[in-house]
Amino acid sequence: MELFKEDKVYNFLGKGKIFFVASFVLFFVAIALIATKGFSFGIDFTGGTVVQVKYQGVAPIDKVREALEKNELFKHAAVSEFGSPEEIVIKTAASTDGLSKDIGDVTREILKGTGDFEIRRVDMVGPKVGDELRVKGLTAFLLTLSAIMAMVTFRYEWRFALAAIIAIVHDIVITFGFVSYFEIDFNIESVAALLMILGYSIHDTIIVYDRIREHIQESKNSDFVMIVNEAVSRTQSRTTLTSLTVFFVVLTLFLFGGDIMLGFSFPMLVGVIIGTYSSIFVAAQLVVWTGFSVGRYREKMAEKIKLQAEKEKMRAQFEQGIV
Amino acid sequence: MRLPESTRMKLNFRVVLLIAAALFGIIFSIPSLTQSQHGAKVTLGLDLQGGLHLLLGVKTEEAVNSQLKSVASGIKHFTEQNDILVDGLSVQGDGVVFSLLDAEDGTKLGEHLKNVQGAVVKVSGESYRVSFKPEEVEKLKAQAVDQAIETIRNRLDQFGLAEPVVARQGVDKILVELPGIKTPQEEQRARELISRAAKLELMAVDEDRSMRVNDLSDVEAASYGDKILEDALQPNMKHLVNEIPILDGTVLTDAQVGYDQNNRPVINFSLNSAGAQIFGDFTGKSVGKRLAIVLDGKVYSAPVINERIGGGSGQISGNYSVSEANDLAIALRSGALLAPIYMLEKRSVGPSLGADSIKASLLALVSGFVLVMIFMIMYYGLAGIIANLAVMINIFIILAMMALLGATLTLPGMAGIVLHIGLAVDANIIINERVREQIRLGLGLKKALQEGYSKAMRAILDSNITQIIACTILYVYGTGAIKGFAVTLSMGILASMLTAIVGTYGIFQLFTNRIEKSKNYKLWFGMTRKVN
Repeated sequence: MELFKEDKVYNFLGKGKIFFVASFVLFFVAIALIATKGFSFGIDFTGGTVVQVKYQGVAPIDKVREALEKNELFKHAAVSEFGSPEEIVIKTAASTDGLSKDIGDVTREILKGTGDFEIRRVDMVGPKVGDELRVKGLTAFLLTLSAIMAMVTFRYEWRFALAAIIAIVHDIVITFGFVSYFEIDFNIESVAALLMILGYSIHDTIIVYDRIREHIQESKNSDFVMIVNEAVSRTQSRTTLTSLTVFFVVLTLFLFGGDIMLGFSFPMLVGVIIGTYSSIFVAAQLVVWTGFSVGRYREKMAEKIKLQAEKEKMRAQFEQGIV
Repeated sequence: MRLPESTRMKLNFRVVLLIAAALFGIIFSIPSLTQSQHGAKVTLGLDLQGGLHLLLGVKTEEAVNSQLKSVASGIKHFTEQNDILVDGLSVQGDGVVFSLLDAEDGTKLGEHLKNVQGAVVKVSGESYRVSFKPEEVEKLKAQAVDQAIETIRNRLDQFGLAEPVVARQGVDKILVELPGIKTPQEEQRARELISRAAKLELMAVDEDRSMRVNDLSDVEAASYGDKILEDALQPNMKHLVNEIPILDGTVLTDAQVGYDQNNRPVINFSLNSAGAQIFGDFTGKSVGKRLAIVLDGKVYSAPVINERIGGGSGQISGNYSVSEANDLAIALRSGALLAPIYMLEKRSVGPSLGADSIKASLLALVSGFVLVMIFMIMYYGLAGIIANLAVMINIFIILAMMALLGATLTLPGMAGIVLHIGLAVDANIIINERVREQIRLGLGLKKALQEGYSKAMRAILDSNITQIIACTILYVYGTGAIKGFAVTLSMGILASMLTAIVGTYGIFQLFTNRIEKSKNYKLWFGMTRKVN
């Protein structure tokens, strides 16, 4: 099976403006959403307690709310259905630090009389832990970005690296705009998803860049737009295929992974789509706009090769004892 | 029978490597898959098998405080032994203060104080202040954490749970993982066992003022060098005892559950020789007075001393159930916690939820895998099957490596494997696309494979190195769950370099002659268009 004609060059950059506008709008709508609506951060970040309770039969949510309200620890607790009508989660910002009787035991006492239930999960995070996690998460993210920047600059050129970073930020911001819009819990798994999207996005982008570099080196054409169009067209079928396979597995995670995985599977699902889009329509386009010149790059490459040759010549002479 | 040269398959090192990798993967993942007792296997994380995860903090400043108290006890004992009269001996702020009644005893006392480790002694006139050097404070704090880890580990080992994990996290945090916990009752019992201070103190009752105990405030009591303690069994009863204990739990050598004359469980403890000596001296000169047995700040009994008690043993009686007495004996045996601990984080997962999570992620794993396999075969024909084979071996290698490294498989780790399936075929997609291109250019198969692989290689390497860097950062900065994710993913990437790049090349080389002869590129590479 083949999806794309092997010799056809699609004019991706020709429609650059349309995609630019689309990306631009999405990006700023996402930023506005994140700024105004924000995330519903999980207890990993804010501290607090999540109790997952499964009832025999349909969970009496109203009764549970009523019972909880009376307790100081659950003043502003949120009670919601989780996965099935039998199961609920109770979320509260409070946590306890004593070991002999903790908030899970308290919940069990409060819920006595609301029905036949089993407490399946108690996650409690103290306020300090959350702070530390936020700092660590942000450090990891920034470090990864700089590592990628360094790596792409080393292997390609700084303009490529800059474009790649912009594309990554574009992907992540838009993805998390969706997370904010759909009020998906932002927890520690979401950070993993964020870093995965980052990895996926850079991976896709590198595959396209590799082609561009190859075409710059091999083709006689000096028109960078043409070269990029050709490179993107050549990698088109690979990008689509891989995106599809990754999309398949992320979709199964989203469908079968359950509510507990939602903080991971949802951003992944959106991220794969946005990441694929950006590696085709955004990353390469941005390199063009940074003013990359094929002529100068080739000159530099030629210079590099010349320098290398000279060095080797000198070394050879040195070894023969001429100098 | 000899096959004609053109169809004969020659083994090459790449295929041998692939077979070796496959064998390695399969053999070492068998223990994990069958959950057998023998051999290294992947441990399931608490989120998958259920259990209790605790992150504990240590109030280290309390350890410094209690060390000060025992310095005070030491001074008290020494001065009494040597007939040195001191006044107002107490712990105030970060030091022990007292004043000497007879300045001539200064040199004698100085000898004793010199032996107190890490102490700074400030003398002004007759008043003394003994505190710790900053290094000593740091050392005591570090020791408190070490000791807490050791103590909790001892207690949990004796508690009889399967595979408890007690480990330091960061500088002063303790991670406790108990996979064996199944019910809330078990969980509560374990939490109590862990957090119990188990601080045993033998204290003298202040007989002179004991009658006034109900009228005294804490401040007044402190001015006499006393302390008001509650009774453990009768909540309304109070005891007035000397603030500085005669002995504490550090001199304990053993604690066992026994039964008293009414057949109620009690705890019999014995003291080491130094402790027994002090105990004997004290009881010898305190006949007729009472001795309070204090555990975690509560008085369990205060019997009258009838005679000098040698031998160094005693008994704690309370209204214990057998299991309570048992837990208490364990706590006493494994020693007191130098500093109180508190809970920073707790995650408890019931076994049924863990089982549900395994089911859900296995479903995702299998269905994702099947979808990808079908898709690859449809698109690439036999090349797709070869890629699928590589992915399968890859997953076995991940499992085997995790088993051998003793890594833990968590829910995010499972997600990492599922995701990896999607990414692992990517290497083969890149390769197959490149090979197809070269074939279309009219290159011979051998040359096409060579060119295709070497061109694909460059992009794959660039990308994989970047991914490994990202994973390393994830591992360094991530916490438990994220670490697991980073581990599975980077192992997958490393394994895919072997299976997807080296291995599949080997298989194609094996069949080169056959493919060339058949010229059936549709069957082998799924190419629908004519080749020039």
